Amino acid sequence: MEYIIIIIGAIFVNNIVLNQFLGICPFLGVSKKINTAVGMGGAVLFVMTLATIVTWLIQNYVLTPLGLQFLQTIFFILVIASLVQMVEIILKKVSPSLFQALGIFLPLITTNCAVLGVAILTIQKEFSLMEGVVYAISNALGFALALVLFSGLREHLDLMEVPKGMRGVPIALVTAGILALAFMGFSNLV
Amino acid sequence: MNQLQNFTKGFIKDNPVFVLLLGMCPTLAVTSTAINGLGMGLATTFVLVMSNIVVSLIKNLIPDKVRIPSFIVIIASFVTIVELTMQAYVPDLFDSLGIFIPLIVVNCIVLGRAEAFASKNNVVSSMIDGLGMGLGFAFALTLLGTVRELFGSGSIFGMKFIPGDAILVFVLSPGAFITLGYLIALLNRLKKA
Repeated sequence: MEYIIIIIGAIFVNNIVLNQFLGICPFLGVSKKINTAVGMGGAVLFVMTLATIVTWLIQNYVLTPLGLQFLQTIFFILVIASLVQMVEIILKKVSPSLFQALGIFLPLITTNCAVLGVAILTIQKEFSLMEGVVYAISNALGFALALVLFSGLREHLDLMEVPKGMRGVPIALVTAGILALAFMGFSNLV
Repeated sequence: MNQLQNFTKGFIKDNPVFVLLLGMCPTLAVTSTAINGLGMGLATTFVLVMSNIVVSLIKNLIPDKVRIPSFIVIIASFVTIVELTMQAYVPDLFDSLGIFIPLIVVNCIVLGRAEAFASKNNVVSSMIDGLGMGLGFAFALTLLGTVRELFGSGSIFGMKFIPGDAILVFVLSPGAFITLGYLIALLNRLKKA
């Protein structure tokens, strides 16, 4: 039951993009086509889960026992940056086809604040490792859901007659706002 | 480019939020009130100025290949300083900004200026560039926060002058996207006129 609450809460109620405003850059940047949105969602799912596991272990077995919690930010960002590099190198060797699909998105993920954000939130909420993994996966799914929905909307927007000043980013932001409004319908679910 | 232009370019011409569209996460997340926007803007300004100074001081010592990780470590150190200082002296603001203080590390403006400006210019210009960009960011966040607070709770900087209920949606997440969208559209319109 606890896990179900975490899952529903992370995907719908507190959607990471539309409600918590993490990962807005890729949300606006790679949402012009549905295909790239799916690719980005997959890459985030992969990295976010791995990063949460590694940072959880570091926090609970290295930083806390040594009383070094104040180094959290520095440690986590370094871990995530090197993790992304490592994943890139390993994928290239082990599964070239997956690398082809996710490759271009991986370097972008280092600066995706959703990954660092979820790692820190997992620690703040004092989740166990298992809960942290579930939380990371559901947040990544929530990210992918928002991204795919939004890119679908934007593909339609391309065909519309948009007033001159609103073209490009402004109309995209207003659309995202309306999408966030729709997600508010879930707000009392859990 | 003289130093005055260097300083003022962050406000309108290259405003990080309205023109360059960098650092959107804190922009949207913390601007439910003007004071939060200002606090976030000033915290980012501090990190930006200090990291620009340090990066331009040691730019010749860092091998080119490890330059990005070195920049990230420098930035993360200053973010930690800001985080601990705010926790000690302005705990209320620290609580309402929450996770977005540590997330200044991944704010693209800070790394962007370190890479694009500070690693190529001298200390004084880098400091002024950081100050200008940071204040431009703070200006954008305060503007967005003021508009949202005015419509969403009928007050500015906490002083309530419209009695009764206001349009709550401006304070909630959809209001952030929609207000920023219209502000950018307005600026586009003004620039063309």
